[in-house]
Amino acid sequence: MATAKHNTVLHVADVHMRFGGLHALADIDLEIEEGKIHAIIGPNGAGKSTLLNVCVGRLAPTSGAVVFDGQVITGMKPHEINQIGVARVFQTPEIFSDLSVMENVMAPAFAKRDGAFRLNFMKNVGQEKEIRQEAEHFIEDVGMTAELETPAGSLSRGDKRRLELAMCLIQHPRLLLLDEPTAGMSRHDTNTTIELLKKIKARGMTKVIIEHDMHVVFSLADKISVLAQGRIIAEGDPETVRNDPEVKKAYLGGAQE
Amino acid sequence: MLTLPKKELITFLIFAVVVLSMPVWLIPFGASYPGLLQTFAIFGLFAVGFNILFGLTGYLSFGHAAFLGVGSYTAVWSFKLFTMNPIPAIIFAIIISGVFALLIGFISLRRSGIYFSILTLAFAQMSYNLAYSVLTPVTNGETGLALTMQDPRIIDLAFSERGEALPQVALFGLNMAGYGGFYFAAIILILGYFVAQKIAISPFGMMLKGIKSNQNRMGYTGLNTKPYTLAAFVISGMYAGLAGGLLAVTDPLAGAERMQWTASGEIVLMVVLGGIGTIFGPVLGAWIIKYFANIFSAINENILHNMFSFLPASVQDFLVPLLALFVGEGWELTMGLMFVLVVVFLPGGLMEGYRRIAVRISAMSSKETKSVDKPAQTDKQAGGE
Ligand SMILES: Nc1ncnc2c1ncn2[C@@H]1O[C@H](COP(=O)(O)OP(=O)(O)O)[C@@H](O)[C@H]1O
Ligand SMILES: [Mg+2]
Repeated sequence: MATAKHNTVLHVADVHMRFGGLHALADIDLEIEEGKIHAIIGPNGAGKSTLLNVCVGRLAPTSGAVVFDGQVITGMKPHEINQIGVARVFQTPEIFSDLSVMENVMAPAFAKRDGAFRLNFMKNVGQEKEIRQEAEHFIEDVGMTAELETPAGSLSRGDKRRLELAMCLIQHPRLLLLDEPTAGMSRHDTNTTIELLKKIKARGMTKVIIEHDMHVVFSLADKISVLAQGRIIAEGDPETVRNDPEVKKAYLGGAQE
Repeated sequence: MLTLPKKELITFLIFAVVVLSMPVWLIPFGASYPGLLQTFAIFGLFAVGFNILFGLTGYLSFGHAAFLGVGSYTAVWSFKLFTMNPIPAIIFAIIISGVFALLIGFISLRRSGIYFSILTLAFAQMSYNLAYSVLTPVTNGETGLALTMQDPRIIDLAFSERGEALPQVALFGLNMAGYGGFYFAAIILILGYFVAQKIAISPFGMMLKGIKSNQNRMGYTGLNTKPYTLAAFVISGMYAGLAGGLLAVTDPLAGAERMQWTASGEIVLMVVLGGIGTIFGPVLGAWIIKYFANIFSAINENILHNMFSFLPASVQDFLVPLLALFVGEGWELTMGLMFVLVVVFLPGGLMEGYRRIAVRISAMSSKETKSVDKPAQTDKQAGGE
């Protein structure tokens, strides 16, 4: 295992993931630096979502380890990983469809304040003023104040993603993993989301972002890793990656054809 | 701490009045006699508790009758061993059924969906069979557990002599066999309703609803779903045990038939019929099913002839045999038809029907009174859709 640098928040160390005969992740070694936005790009089926699944405990890697903040998190349960500061926005929105927008954002705030379990039935949700205010604040951040009481299941796809983002932000995670946060959004909504992500970047939250939209990637990322067929084929700052011949061949070139 | 927001408080007060006045408003329905009133209160409580697991958390148990049975046996043992006072009996019933629920829940909740349901069913059938076999010393097998003249009743007998006849369950002199038993059960139903309301609007209740909605997301949100589901299971098991204890309070006899799978199925029907996830719906479902089981099943052709005696004999002869299919033995047919109609046309149960009517009425009255505001309102509705 390579020694993690001092300011590395997340270290994916020699991770392999096999699904039967498919080598979905091959020898992935990745270091995510504190406070940076790290983009992961690559064609469909490259293994990007699988990589995030390994990081949040949805999948146990075939071999290798994931280290967060000096702690090995492979083998930990999803809620334990979230409790130590990792939050994720999924590629297909994972929200509480039957709950209102407000409740969707309050639930993660309770998890942050009360821990993984608390038998809290003496208070009424309405009496939890602080959490409610905080939720209102983050819902406003993602521009959904008009939808406070809407059942989340009836939101548009773009709104569901923004809701999920608010659900993550309210936890003030140290590391935020975003799986194609602008997919399915209009250009206008995409721009709003980019502005929002830049704003949060200023707050010093580390982010890993998976994105297809090159416009988004190059306007946000500090560092880019290119994934193709389960391997990292290039890594560096946006300029280097843009000009890398391998990348042009495997991904960018292909996309422009 | 023990407060409810205004809207819930009003519902609670109305509920309390409705329950306590049942002996009066059930008279026209022919259902105002102590035995049936007790049944209404007790099964209403069972349904309220079952809904905490099924309605809020989304886990369908097919084995809750087991806890009802455990509660009954526990209460009868409390009468036999300690005292005929119902209070210790129901406290023990809650505790022991809670312990059973903890064990059965811990194992069953390792699975979800249909596998969970099957596990609970298996455990309940196992308890049922054990009650008839290995556990006969505790349950008295097929005869059922009843009071005897030789019972130790250590607390009661420390203060008084053993009487000539079997003692009766009484709360400080108030006999639990008749209306006393109804009011005792009714007050506990009202308390149980209050607790269910508190749970539904608490952060804990919100997490249960979150689990029902998207259990996966709960995990990535940092919440450990296991203890939440287990807590819901144990709470609803305790409600069932309390209901079982009350059955024994009103009639100190416990038999294993109470734990049979048909009894577990009946509670599911009650909750679905009334309205899953609402608090009053399950109670309503319980009342309707128990009403049918007791009143409809008692109607026979003679009664029907009397009812329709104002009609010409030829019409009577046609109508009575037809209606007779749906009453008496046929009450389950009526019940089944009603259940099918509700599930098909009102998937949210009778409470959804009530909500639809309420929306219609409020729409009609606002049309009349606020005709000026109307354009703005329709705009808003169109935007929301
Ligand atoms: N749970 C799984 N079981 C089997 N195969 C999977 C699973 N998850 C992903 N895969 C496969 O792994 C490959 C990478 O998928 P994914 O990580 O979703 O790609 P990306 O997000 O880069 O588009 C795909 O071929 C996909 O079919
Ligand atoms: Mg993907």
